[in-house]
Amino acid sequence: MSVLEVKDLSVTYKTMAGDVPAVRGVDLRIDKGEVLGLAGESGCGKSTIAGALLRLHPSGTKIEGTAMLDGEDVLTMSPGRLRAVRWFGASIVFQGAMHAMNPVKRIGEQLAEPIIVHKQADEKQAKVRVGALLEQVGLPARRMEDYPHELSGGQKQRVMIAMALACGPSLVIADEPTTALDVMVQAQVLKLLKELQNDLGLAMLFITHDLSVLVEVSDRLAIMYAGKIIEEGPATSVFEDPQHPYTKALAAAFPAIGDERFRRAPSGLGGDPPDPMAIPSGCSFHPRCPSAFDDCSSVNPPLFVAGEGRRAACLLVEGAHAGAKETTA
Amino acid sequence: MTTAHPDVPAVAVDAPVLEVRDVHVNFAGRQGLIASIMGKTAPSARAVDGVDFSLAKGEIVALAGESGCGKTTLARAIMGIIKPEKGDVLHEGTSIRTGNIRDYRRRVQMVFQDPTAALNPRKTVYELVAEGLRVHKVPGNEEEQVASSLSRAGLRPPERFYLQYPHELSGGQRQRVVIAGALALDPEVIVADEPVSSLDASVRGEILKLLMDLRADLQISILVITHDLGLAWTIADRVVVMYLGRVVESGPTEDVLLRPMHPYTKALLDVVPEAGGTDRPILQGEPPDPTRIPDGCRFHLRCPVVASGRAAELGIEDRCRGEDLALRELGEGHLAACYEADLQYPQS
Repeated sequence: MSVLEVKDLSVTYKTMAGDVPAVRGVDLRIDKGEVLGLAGESGCGKSTIAGALLRLHPSGTKIEGTAMLDGEDVLTMSPGRLRAVRWFGASIVFQGAMHAMNPVKRIGEQLAEPIIVHKQADEKQAKVRVGALLEQVGLPARRMEDYPHELSGGQKQRVMIAMALACGPSLVIADEPTTALDVMVQAQVLKLLKELQNDLGLAMLFITHDLSVLVEVSDRLAIMYAGKIIEEGPATSVFEDPQHPYTKALAAAFPAIGDERFRRAPSGLGGDPPDPMAIPSGCSFHPRCPSAFDDCSSVNPPLFVAGEGRRAACLLVEGAHAGAKETTA
Repeated sequence: MTTAHPDVPAVAVDAPVLEVRDVHVNFAGRQGLIASIMGKTAPSARAVDGVDFSLAKGEIVALAGESGCGKTTLARAIMGIIKPEKGDVLHEGTSIRTGNIRDYRRRVQMVFQDPTAALNPRKTVYELVAEGLRVHKVPGNEEEQVASSLSRAGLRPPERFYLQYPHELSGGQRQRVVIAGALALDPEVIVADEPVSSLDASVRGEILKLLMDLRADLQISILVITHDLGLAWTIADRVVVMYLGRVVESGPTEDVLLRPMHPYTKALLDVVPEAGGTDRPILQGEPPDPTRIPDGCRFHLRCPVVASGRAAELGIEDRCRGEDLALRELGEGHLAACYEADLQYPQS
């Protein structure tokens, strides 16, 4: 059974300059015990999706579609129910743990807060639970007496992970959880997340721009560009044999050491990610695409089946071109 | 590493453009008021603790290591922003202490990690690129120089960018403006501190390509400071790995990254994320503290060779724990500071 099922999600921010369509019709599905990796560049809408799943967006933002979490639509539920679902049904580990914690409260108090607010335990039981949580993320229970400044960056990120697990959610959303960390600490935190996810059978949405990190932790990958998913499938096959030219370029930005194709040959894409207020016609990637041809500027390709369990939104996918012409004709 | 064995790649044959000799940079420790009244002094941080290396003309060297290993401090010492306690930086054989620092600062340019922070938001692209020319009173037609540096840096046609402000540009374009500012002064060396880590993945390659073009067309030497060994693999001729203020391994990129000798380099390579690899060994603990550098090999507290008992088996454990060691050339241009590597790769 799927823990999360998102259908046709669109998020439009209202700004002084006009509407900004940050997410434009996204479908996602995460099963129990599965990690879905969501990759893309800044501005592609990946963090907007994370926010939308718990309705953490500025007021006035237009959200359409459905996001079923354990069979309930998060996007239409009452504020009271939503409050219960946050932490309890789904929780988020944010980027930059150093800014996500209250500097004048002890770690233990901060960890206990969601547990007590959600009436999972009284203060005494909460303290026991906090100790257990800290040990689960590899910190001694006595660290609950510490203030955030007494912890290193990696330790703070561990505390944030413990907090996300505090109420036993079925879905954990990890939004760039290791980006601000050093390489060695990043590896430790990734390993911890993966172990916890495995042991607890959590469903996880893992968001980052770093495709190499995603491949390591995810079962499946979804690649976003300009507010849409342009490729998805099993993590390793998407990374090693990308079908969409954008995924190819993204994968090339994380070369494997020892791969002669990348030795003294950096490869990148010309141009920049599009402004969400001025998304190109047809395939939104066509102005930067090295393999674009005439139809790309007019036909907006849906996700075509591209191999086993894989889909890609590109007219170059085998059999896609004819199909797209038929549907648009 | 001295001129006795200039480990330069095929592209360069000349003497080093830049040479760092036994550079030490310490930062004074901070002590609380009470403790200082009590007469306690805080230990100083030995951020760079005796580093030697050289950069040949037209060479691209990657300086890698964890945060806190002293790589940025070393770059600042090279730029003359920080004065080393001990040791020297030589530019074409002349110490920057005695040489003309103004001229040196023109010849050696720095590109920082975050172009948004490096560019004055109130100045136009033209002003930003022309600033260095004005500061250094470079003769010639200013507009021509600005235009040619902008187009060199890949901002074409340059006139289109003259009146734009940094906020109107994308991250990649901003980094190109920073690079254009450096190029305007006709540098011999560019020191780039994490030049692409704040940029989007798809534009990183273009900036790296630009750096490689500058080397090929203008014979500029480039020192890239990075934590990303994949980046080193893509552009560097040579890799220098730092740990706790020292170089622990250096050599041609292929040798260091494919046949690493030092356990720390191996550990860094192990944590490069890759498909299906969460069960590889990961060094425990936090990046080390430069105020408390251990005796012996400074890596021994985290070293898997010591921890696994292999060092004891080989009979080198006492030395690992107690005897400081220098870099030794164990392969062609490949240097490492490790007792285990000494045994594995005996010097001829």
